Amino acid sequence: MEVSLTVNGRAVTSDVEPRTLLVHFIREHLRLTGTHVGCETGYCGACTVHVDGKAVKSCTMFAVQADGADILTIEGVANDDVLHPVQEGFWERHGLQCGFCTPGMIMSSIALLEANRTPTETEIRHGIEGNLCRCTGYHNIVRSVQYAAAVMRGEEPPPPDWET
Amino acid sequence: MTRYLGTSVKRVEDPRFLRGLGKYVANLTLPNMAYAAVKRSPLAHAKIRGIDTTRAKALDGVIAVFTGEDLLEGTGGFKCGSLPCGFQVPNLNMPPHNPLAVDKVRHVGDGIAVVVAESPYIAEDALDLIEVDLDPLPAVVDARGAMADGAPLVHDSAEQNLAFHWPLGDEEAVNEALSKSDHVVELEFINQRLIANAMEPRAAAAEWDPATESLTVWTTSQNPHTIRLLLGAFTLGIPEHKIRVISPDVGGGFGSKIFHYPEEVIVPFAARAVGRPVKWVATRSESYVTDAQGRDHVTKAKLGVNNDGTMTALHVTTWANMGAYLSTFGPLIPTALYITLFSGVYKTPVIFGEAYGTFTHTVPVDAYRGAGRPEASYLVETMVDLAARKLGMDPVELRRKNLIPTDAFPYQTPVALMYDSGNYQALFEKIEELSGYESLRKEQEAARAEGRLVGVGFASCIEASGPAPSAVAVGLGAAIGLFESGAIRVHPTGKVTVLTGSHSHGQGHETTFAQIVADQFGIDIADVDIVHGDTGRVQYGIGTYGSRSAAIGGSALVKSAEKIREKLKQIAAHQLEASVEDMVYDQDEGTISVAGSPDMVKTFAELAFASVLANNLPEGMEPGLEESSFYDPANFTFPASAHVAKVEIDPKTGEVDLQSYAAVDDVGNVINPMIVEGQILGGIVQGVGQALWENGIYDEDGQLLSGSMLSYAMPRADGFPSIALDRIETPSPHNPLGVKGAGEMGTIAATAAVSSAVLDALAPLGVRHLNMPLTAEKIHQAIAAAGNGGGE
Ligand code: FES
Ligand code: FES
Repeated sequence: MEVSLTVNGRAVTSDVEPRTLLVHFIREHLRLTGTHVGCETGYCGACTVHVDGKAVKSCTMFAVQADGADILTIEGVANDDVLHPVQEGFWERHGLQCGFCTPGMIMSSIALLEANRTPTETEIRHGIEGNLCRCTGYHNIVRSVQYAAAVMRGEEPPPPDWET
Repeated sequence: MTRYLGTSVKRVEDPRFLRGLGKYVANLTLPNMAYAAVKRSPLAHAKIRGIDTTRAKALDGVIAVFTGEDLLEGTGGFKCGSLPCGFQVPNLNMPPHNPLAVDKVRHVGDGIAVVVAESPYIAEDALDLIEVDLDPLPAVVDARGAMADGAPLVHDSAEQNLAFHWPLGDEEAVNEALSKSDHVVELEFINQRLIANAMEPRAAAAEWDPATESLTVWTTSQNPHTIRLLLGAFTLGIPEHKIRVISPDVGGGFGSKIFHYPEEVIVPFAARAVGRPVKWVATRSESYVTDAQGRDHVTKAKLGVNNDGTMTALHVTTWANMGAYLSTFGPLIPTALYITLFSGVYKTPVIFGEAYGTFTHTVPVDAYRGAGRPEASYLVETMVDLAARKLGMDPVELRRKNLIPTDAFPYQTPVALMYDSGNYQALFEKIEELSGYESLRKEQEAARAEGRLVGVGFASCIEASGPAPSAVAVGLGAAIGLFESGAIRVHPTGKVTVLTGSHSHGQGHETTFAQIVADQFGIDIADVDIVHGDTGRVQYGIGTYGSRSAAIGGSALVKSAEKIREKLKQIAAHQLEASVEDMVYDQDEGTISVAGSPDMVKTFAELAFASVLANNLPEGMEPGLEESSFYDPANFTFPASAHVAKVEIDPKTGEVDLQSYAAVDDVGNVINPMIVEGQILGGIVQGVGQALWENGIYDEDGQLLSGSMLSYAMPRADGFPSIALDRIETPSPHNPLGVKGAGEMGTIAATAAVSSAVLDALAPLGVRHLNMPLTAEKIHQAIAAAGNGGGE
């Protein structure tokens, strides 16, 4: 079956088996391997991308269901050399260790901040609860999102915990 | 130039991960690649009567199907061998572990056949077309039950399903001390099975080059050189020097990626047999039934204590579940990494511990973050809490009474280990302040007066990290020494490539090791590149586990750097016409000058170039600037910690609300505080996961009931408050960096601390003990039972 969609601002048309999951389409057909597969059953969030501006676990839909959609993956988040504030936040506040959950975590965090520029810690924790991270214990991911939220509001981010 | 050690340098590996450019095995594509999928047993124990692969082989797009027999028989003189156990305790019963099952299947998930196909989808389809005739047999899943009369045998060669019995300590002295103690507290409990659940599922790929008769294997491993050694010596029979193993970016390990797995044998076999590169990536369901699992002990313990709170003796018997086969380090975990830790931070004078390792029809059990040490800490801390309750003493006061004094180091415990350094009194002072321990107790008193179930948990723990002095490790049963290798190659322009045998799969070595090396030379961290995870580039390596990398891998780099600095001094002395003894290496500036004559100076880069210009070197000196070292530690390092958790339990639902958590850790000198805190935070949350939610449950037929992310409850972001951290630094006296392990301490302490808090909350109801995980359901039942007049 033919599917046409926009990925990271680029139009793509491809012939896929109807059962191809969107995540496999992104990884295998487009070779955008930054979107990861942690479970393929919708639990872990490693495969999170944006579909028409919403965070979606890309293992939960077929590629053909994304026909006509506008898709953003981790590879399209930075503006050339300039990292997105959420990417910057994860770097500044040690929001990643092995990096496997990171692309999905960043995509969910961006969606969270697009909807709410002033989230409380509780709102952040709820906002990312669909994304599992086995390494960080989430603490520094929360700090990373808080950093990004401050930057996106044009404010000075709070100092890192390890300095206080 | 600034110095990097002790500062929170941002991680140099992060940009690639942040941009989605990590190089994980699953991302690898090679020209003409084929894909493998493994047919697995749905039963825990069954005789294989027959395997019919005809229909699978006939499916369009299927290239080949191999069974266990095919692997043993081989093709073209190339066949597979049994996966060995790398830790052989005395009298170990080590039955064969074929990469694919041959006569019987022994756990759900045991491999039966492998399909190689043009796409992963076709390979999956073909699995359904393989017909396996299985004759079901009864199963045993419980570590102690496995030894009972009449229990089904996992291996005919292992009577009573016993793999080993490992005692340590003076049992007679312990029994005598217990008989003289004012009180003996006893407890029988379970330390439940856990599943590591690294977010990246395991994967393996292989390519055979017929031109050079050599093999390249990509695998999600914490120790690629060990995998190469085992492939060469045991499982593939391809000479070691003809194998290259690459572990590129690996998405978390927590122990589960240390071991040599069947797929690391099957995939190269298939690649060679079909003459194409082959890749296999585990599904998450496969991870649940094939990744080695953790913990799973049944334990009986007795602790003697006198009226004044002095601990007199500890006696422990543990039945440790080994699963269906011995995993690479399986027997190490409940023995030398467990019983040797029973002294904790206390001066208990006599201790005896013994472990029975038993086979069951479950997934093999091996190291999982902490590996034996969390089990030991949970045991010791739970017993100490019970003793305090028995005496009506504050648990912190009782602990303080028994702490090893600061002037007693190095401290010889009654269970073999010699602690290198520590300051437990300072640790206690700091945690009491950070957690507000006294006010927590006051809050608790007030809450209890209102009938609320508030608990404060305390855990003070020890860890033996950085395994291990090779002589000790091999003496205990290790099949290889546990040193580490580190080489430094200085390029003509003064840029530096570092080749380490440690492996980073989240730990941030590319940053911390660069900090170490940059400081050694006084150069910019951007001029240092860390290479790891590739046996084709790195000379040798033992790998990363047991919180060993900074202490051992880092120290190997210091040794190599010292050799290079010495050579640089000799070159400088020669060119400046001064004596070597007068040369001063300024590690702030990256220069070498003549003492007292700062203008007689050479920079690091100048000297690096001089070493390859090689026209003006001291007589007899070889050109070039590259050194390699193997560092074998003199001892383990002994990090310690004190953690405090506060919980409140909803009496109606049994739900635990973790309201605050504070941790003070002593991991010796700290290279990068940000990274160390990250390790501790991640460890704490994993430890809390064991205390409250995680449980690998098998039913009596050996079916894993918690075999998905839906049924196996992993910590999520919303279950936690912010965590307060602080530290003290008691340097290790025996490694050049003064560091101790930081990777596992959080897990070791957190399980004990949170369990302690929950049991403290329930104590007024007369609940003496509950086994983990302390789920709402279990607590609710305990509250209901207490209301009916009795605790557990
Ligand atoms: S891979 Fe999609 S949610 Fe886990
Ligand atoms: S950083 Fe490893 S899973 Fe999140």
